[in-house]
Amino acid sequence: MKLPETIPFLGWAWNDLLFLLLAAALLGTALMVVLGRNIIRSGLWMIACFAVLAGIYALLGTALVAAAQVLVYIGAISVLVLFAIMLTQTKGAPSGLVFHHQAWAAALAAVVLGGLLALVVSSTPWPLAGSRAGTSAKAVAELLFSDFVLPFETVGVLLLAAVIGGVFLAKQDQGEEQAPE
Amino acid sequence: MSDSLEPYLILSALLFAIGTFGFLARRNAIAMLMSIELMLNAVNLAILAFGAFEPSLRAAASVIALLVIAVAAAEATVGLALVIAIYRNRRTPLVDEYTQMRE
Repeated sequence: MKLPETIPFLGWAWNDLLFLLLAAALLGTALMVVLGRNIIRSGLWMIACFAVLAGIYALLGTALVAAAQVLVYIGAISVLVLFAIMLTQTKGAPSGLVFHHQAWAAALAAVVLGGLLALVVSSTPWPLAGSRAGTSAKAVAELLFSDFVLPFETVGVLLLAAVIGGVFLAKQDQGEEQAPE
Repeated sequence: MSDSLEPYLILSALLFAIGTFGFLARRNAIAMLMSIELMLNAVNLAILAFGAFEPSLRAAASVIALLVIAVAAAEATVGLALVIAIYRNRRTPLVDEYTQMRE
């Protein structure tokens, strides 16, 4: 069965409906991450947020980045964050005060920032390229291993340094005795 | 709507603002790190949107986004290790109780 060109009764393109659904889901899950009282639920909403963002990347035609988003963010970073949450849980934490007392100022700053960015974006005449095509993994690989070889290697060294630093920071000190509860 | 640059950039701006609010307002250090991840993702979305609508940037945007993802992974590793190291000494993940460095 072939889908009609536009959505019946509405006259929208399918991509527009998909974009609207994904955008609403993205903002909703991001708000749940930030506003949720239980931090474990915030971590789980963060996984949903990354998954929706991978969907938007796929909608933009960058399939390789969408796959990397799922692998790295959902597979690695989220698991790391969830482990750190479970290691640092205290009994009073979920029911305690979640926000600082100055949260209203933070909300004001965020609203002003978001409004300002949206205003700048919408008032700038962007030179639009009408044709939107996907990015092939071959083109990305050729660029990554020709023009971007130095950043690629640097990121490799940075990851190694981060892993060693993380292990060093998180491991128990030898001289320090086990801290009493 | 999905065929023009502005909706993606506005979406990215809103996501960045949400992340900013979370970073400024949450007390839990790990929640602050999660908000930083949201902000990094917002910037990645803007980079990829520019790449998708400007043919000369098409492959470069993907490459830069992949590099940003790798740097974000390194940042998360070090940040969470720091939080765990502080938690071992202070027994709390709440940043407003880390008053030792202030005195």
